[in-house]
Amino acid sequence: MESKVAYENDLNLKATELRLGLPGTDYSEEQALFSARNNKRPLPDTNEKCGSKGCTDAPHAGNETAPSTKTQIVGWPPIRSYRKNNLQPKKTEPEAAGIYVKVSMDGAPYLRKIDLRIYKGYPELLQALENMFKFTIGEYSEREGYKGSEYVPTYEDKDGDWMLVGDVPWDMFMSSCKRLRIMKGSEARGLGCGI
Amino acid sequence: MDPERKKVLERVAVSTFPDEVLERVLVQLKSHKDRSSVSLVCHSWYDAERFSRTHVFIANCYSVTPEIVSRRFPNIRSVSLKGKPRFSDFNLVPPKWGADIRSWLVMFAAKYPFLEELRLKRMTVTDESLEFLALSCPNFKGLSLLSCDGFSTDGLAAIATHCKNLTELDIQENDLNDKSGSWLSCFPENFSSLEVLNFANLSNDVNFEALERLVSRCKSLKVLKVNRNITLEQLPRLLIHAPLLTELGTGSFLQEHPACQYSELENAFNKCMNLNTLSGLSEVTALSLPALYPTCANLTFLNLSCAALQSGELAKLLVHCPCLRRLWVLDTVEDKGLEAVGSNCPLLEELRVFPTDPFDEDTFHGVTESGFIAVSYGCRRLSYVLYFCRQMTNAAVETIVQNCPDFTHFRLCIMNPWQPDYQTNEPMDKAFCAVVKTCTRLQRLAVSGLLTDLTFEYIGKYAKNLETLSVAFAGSSDWGMQCVLGGCPKLRKLEIRDCPFGNAALLSGLDKYESMRSLWMSGCKVTMNGCRLLAKEMPRLNVEVIKVDGSNESQADKVYVYRSVAGPRRDAPPFVLTL
Repeated sequence: MESKVAYENDLNLKATELRLGLPGTDYSEEQALFSARNNKRPLPDTNEKCGSKGCTDAPHAGNETAPSTKTQIVGWPPIRSYRKNNLQPKKTEPEAAGIYVKVSMDGAPYLRKIDLRIYKGYPELLQALENMFKFTIGEYSEREGYKGSEYVPTYEDKDGDWMLVGDVPWDMFMSSCKRLRIMKGSEARGLGCGI
Repeated sequence: MDPERKKVLERVAVSTFPDEVLERVLVQLKSHKDRSSVSLVCHSWYDAERFSRTHVFIANCYSVTPEIVSRRFPNIRSVSLKGKPRFSDFNLVPPKWGADIRSWLVMFAAKYPFLEELRLKRMTVTDESLEFLALSCPNFKGLSLLSCDGFSTDGLAAIATHCKNLTELDIQENDLNDKSGSWLSCFPENFSSLEVLNFANLSNDVNFEALERLVSRCKSLKVLKVNRNITLEQLPRLLIHAPLLTELGTGSFLQEHPACQYSELENAFNKCMNLNTLSGLSEVTALSLPALYPTCANLTFLNLSCAALQSGELAKLLVHCPCLRRLWVLDTVEDKGLEAVGSNCPLLEELRVFPTDPFDEDTFHGVTESGFIAVSYGCRRLSYVLYFCRQMTNAAVETIVQNCPDFTHFRLCIMNPWQPDYQTNEPMDKAFCAVVKTCTRLQRLAVSGLLTDLTFEYIGKYAKNLETLSVAFAGSSDWGMQCVLGGCPKLRKLEIRDCPFGNAALLSGLDKYESMRSLWMSGCKVTMNGCRLLAKEMPRLNVEVIKVDGSNESQADKVYVYRSVAGPRRDAPPFVLTL
């Protein structure tokens, strides 16, 4: 059996390996998962077939455990190729393919763009901004805004007003934020002092 | 008079019909099954039939040679040919396997220069062949290519350029090299005979103005199916020129500019009152869907398998489609959508539900057994179903077939192999037992889920009308397949993959294979020796083994057995061993 290490140095071929039959010992947790919901009867004579063949669509059917849930079997499910090609990831969320907003930081030579949708809330967003621009944001409090840092994250909302990031619920923020600006210095302090 | 003598006299009387009269009568017979029966009556009927036959359907291109066909049927105008085994649709047959149309075309050019129609399924067709066809048959009218490969849009250009009397160009679901859309512009400017045009599965842009002119010239156009590059803005410009349309496949149904062209669209659809079939609708949204409502009143076939509709959108649409008999959807409609089907489509006979994410096993979307049950309560006339799902129960299927006992085609695909009834954890045997016991008219069955030999015992015992059986990842032992081969008197096609059936099972069908069209077994336990034995015992069968790279010497990886009067293939590639 190939060792797991060998595969990890590879292009993770194991994930796309086409196999059928005994997956070996590598996917133990998936095996457990699969056998828990799979009461197949073990079949005789399966072991000698599978061996090192790579089992593209070789037997076998029916071992104690099915192929790992991550592997694909050739030609299964039986769908014609033209139909697979047709299944372009449709805009299942039509208008919200991604909320990209510009982020500027005072003093930085160019702007960045981020997709607000990938963050679950303010902490992730702020962390991401910190990483992106290599700075630290202070601690937020409703009364005093961001304390403990020169930088204050602000955003322009739909009405064109510059607001402090963090005041409104995350969802409301996502739908109203048009752009972000990380203010620095005295300007920041003006906003940060909570008007 | 002695009854025996009377019978003989009657027989003589019939066969002294002048042949011409007999032929005139036989010309009315269209069904090839009837014609086969007629040809078996006596020699003079055989002759009358063969002279009067104008259409020949060859279900396996290797079962007969072009020479034999042309010798028997001298007056053919229309040919339908099928080539590769069906599992080639799922990449189980290596490329360059065969089924090349070339040798048939050579015969057509020589013996059927007046050929008008050619319908091919799973054949290999090259551009040169298409050009050869166009040039050899000046009266050529109809070309239909389904699931074929080997050609490019250059071949289509040749057809468009040379076939002055073309009425049908139907290019469906092929594996072609789509180089450009310029083939459409090859139709001459005075060409106007087209009645059927289907290029829905081609991906390159065609010249829209050329298409518009073509549609407006072809006053008899009845079927138009465009590809998804044709926009919603462009569609009305086509529809106004084609008031006789009965089948429409739209392009993209995405509205770029909401307000302005909605009314144009509505007007255009209002004029299309003859539509009975609608397809395409890719990228359709809730906004654009209502434009269709007026035209849906007479729809009998709605193909939404390229349109990722949600349940609510489908429900609203179906309210306008009371006459629907055939419906194809994606599983984005979910069970709720299927409930709407049950509520709104009492005349439904065929339902196909395709998966949107077939390879994503963790998805929780899609349809379940509840959707199917809901349809069965509302659509009692259901006779054809193709259902892809991730969970099913025996009880559900039992209910479904009780509600709809008239199934002729029951194709259930539980997408995770060997999956048991998810509620009881039992095998799905009971489900298929119910299907074959209740649905006495069943002709086609595809099974899935965790299945033991019991399923096959029942199939063999009860499925008296079964003609086609597809099996994957099922069964426990040879006994299962033996039961099927020992029962199922009308079995014609048996296709099996990844099942524990071996030589004993294969050889148990010795007496049956000549009455069947073909047998496919891949990923099973059959060995070369078993196949050799079969070939030796049954010389009139072609026993072919497709060798897969790197496999064991003695393993018969993929076996294809079929009856043939043509003898072994002469064009087999190196990886196909004829035993």
